Amino acid sequence: MFASPARHLHLYLSASLLMLAVQARAADGEAIIQKGGANPAAMPCMSCHGADGKGMAAGGFPRLAGLPAAYIAKQLADFKAGRRENPLMQPIAQALDDAETAAVAMAYAALPKVQVKVMAGAPERPKEGSGAWLALRGAWDRNIPECTLCHGPAGVGVGDAFPPLAGQSAEYIEAQLRAWRASPARPAGRKGKALAAVPPTRRNDPNGLMQHIAADLSEAEIKAVAAYFAGLGESTEPFDASQHRLR
Amino acid sequence: MPTTFRRLTAVLLPLLAVHAMAADSTRLDDQTQLPKAPARPAGKAYFQPPAEADIPNNAYGELVRRGQDLFMNTKALAPEYVGNEMNCVNCHIDRGRKANSAPLWAAYTMYPAYRKKNNKVNTFVERMQGCFQFSMNGKAPAADSEVLAALTAYAYWMSAGVPIGKVQPGRGFDEPPPPRGGYDIARGQRVYEKQCALCHGDDGAGRKVGATSVFPPLWGKDSYNWGAGMHRINTAAGFIQHNMPLGRGETLSDQEAWDVAAYINAHERPQDPRLVNGDIDETRKRYHADDGVNLYGVVVDGRKLGQGVK
Ligand code: HEC
Ligand code: HEC
Ligand code: HEC
Ligand code: HEC
Repeated sequence: MFASPARHLHLYLSASLLMLAVQARAADGEAIIQKGGANPAAMPCMSCHGADGKGMAAGGFPRLAGLPAAYIAKQLADFKAGRRENPLMQPIAQALDDAETAAVAMAYAALPKVQVKVMAGAPERPKEGSGAWLALRGAWDRNIPECTLCHGPAGVGVGDAFPPLAGQSAEYIEAQLRAWRASPARPAGRKGKALAAVPPTRRNDPNGLMQHIAADLSEAEIKAVAAYFAGLGESTEPFDASQHRLR
Repeated sequence: MPTTFRRLTAVLLPLLAVHAMAADSTRLDDQTQLPKAPARPAGKAYFQPPAEADIPNNAYGELVRRGQDLFMNTKALAPEYVGNEMNCVNCHIDRGRKANSAPLWAAYTMYPAYRKKNNKVNTFVERMQGCFQFSMNGKAPAADSEVLAALTAYAYWMSAGVPIGKVQPGRGFDEPPPPRGGYDIARGQRVYEKQCALCHGDDGAGRKVGATSVFPPLWGKDSYNWGAGMHRINTAAGFIQHNMPLGRGETLSDQEAWDVAAYINAHERPQDPRLVNGDIDETRKRYHADDGVNLYGVVVDGRKLGQGVK
């Protein structure tokens, strides 16, 4: 009855943990990470996503360690269906069967989550126009909420639908923002020949919550905000859930 | 107990109760609706509050910054006054700066406000105390407390340049007119499931990361109570249409905004602290019958709303 993509996503996310657990039993997630899937096109994940699952900045390979299982499974389904385009990942996602997808998602989710230190006491005071400003204050004159309002305090992620930004490299964050943003057509002029519009290559965000944000960011803002989240680094201290994280 | 004494207490107790209420009533009845603000003239921008970078680096600036911190992290920094999991900024978006989200710059210069209905004058501090008691389901800090001094300083700083007593476009929540065919709770549920549940949850309880509330609760024990302005469907419809889904305000129709506001406000939440003699009907008559469109004391799906949850 409520057959919208978002409703599907919501049902999918809430039912998915159980489903993943049931399906995953048939395959060995660890083995897929290290040796690849049954289909040789499903190459070993660790060759790109790193031996510890923390990604490799230079290649634009994201961290998968500690991401929610439902989020990983959704991304693999999106690559498979072409809602998220990428020449490296699409063939891999297509080569994984349902049980393998579920198993590898569970295996990565079980690895350690990113840890970001709590600034004890005082909140951060970002400078207007900086990456930190976008992350903590947003740009409400363009209807852009602060990134941390959806991606969680210090970008640690919220639930299954809002992935962490902390722990990802600047290269990867920039690439995703550009994938959503696409580029508008440009008429011929002094700067060169006319350019056709490039449609977004990532079209998988629920209810378009992320797309309009990326579309309204300037190139300089994309670089600044990506550098901010990449710069949060990783703390060796465990996440203290009893402490408030100030806005 | 001697009969005379019993008779005396029977006479005195209600009197005392009425007296106690009267003493407290300046605080307890001030979440009433704001008058409608004028529309923004075509081509003109809303008032632009000063930039955060312009807060001076002196004792005054410190107080202003403290006010902003409290406004955004009310639960963490003033837990003794907050009875739920809300922060001021949850309903006053962008640190109280966003037009049509009851911004502070449109509020500060409108007080003290005279209300003809009850021949009373409300101060700015009392209005904020109202938000503590109802929106935050908590306890109002004293008028001369550090918390209210800081919040007042923050609102004062943000209002630099707004003429005193002149109502600004963007004040309040700019409610959409009631839809012609009325609102529909079942239709509102469908809007909710499609557009809101992802963040606020199927159970309306919102979402936390550790101790920190990220997506605020819309109903249940950790949300605003039955006396809060947001419990009015018309007020919530205005907030929602301009500000929700987060970052995608102005996308719901008047009808959708009213329907989903009705759905949210057809759920139980903490009791109205003004509850009269433990009686929902009496409380409705006294405080809700004449307060916009609301479902307190109304029977929905065979259940009388207004029971309260703890
Ligand atoms: C040849 C290199 C390569 C291999 C091998 C590889 N990946 Fe990837 N993966 C990528 C790249 C590049 C991206 C980023 C794609 C983009 O920019 O959209 C990515 C992205 C992803 C994402 C999205 C993460 C996010 O935060 O949204 C998931 C999930 C993922 N890969 C899972 C896997 C799994 C599971 C395997 C093993 C079966 C695997 N990958 C193997 C290159 C690889
Ligand atoms: C209104 C909520 C919302 C806000 C605000 C928001 N995002 Fe997102 N973002 C999302 C959602 C939802 C996704 C996951 C989409 C999906 O399912 O693939 C996402 C995904 C992303 C990703 C991809 C992560 C990955 O692992 O592939 C990046 C990068 C990102 N957001 C950056 C940002 C930045 C930078 C900001 C602030 C300028 C921001 N977001 C603000 C909702 C939001
Ligand atoms: C649950 C949502 C909610 C929360 C949380 C909330 N408020 Fe409000 N606030 C409202 C509503 C509703 C109104 C009245 C708007 C109307 O009637 O149109 C209001 C009105 C106000 C006004 C008067 C606005 C005007 O233009 O006169 C001030 C000042 C105010 N709130 C301050 C605060 C402060 C300070 C806090 C935190 C202690 C807070 N609010 C928390 C919903 C909220
Ligand atoms: C992407 C996540 C997201 C979505 C989707 C969303 N909200 Fe919200 N909502 C928020 C956040 C975050 C706040 C608090 C904003 C802040 O603190 O700056 C909020 C605040 C609210 C509030 C005021 C605070 C409270 O708890 O009462 C109401 C009412 C509300 N939302 C209703 C809705 C409705 C109705 C929808 C669907 C039409 C919706 N929201 C969709 C994230 C979301």
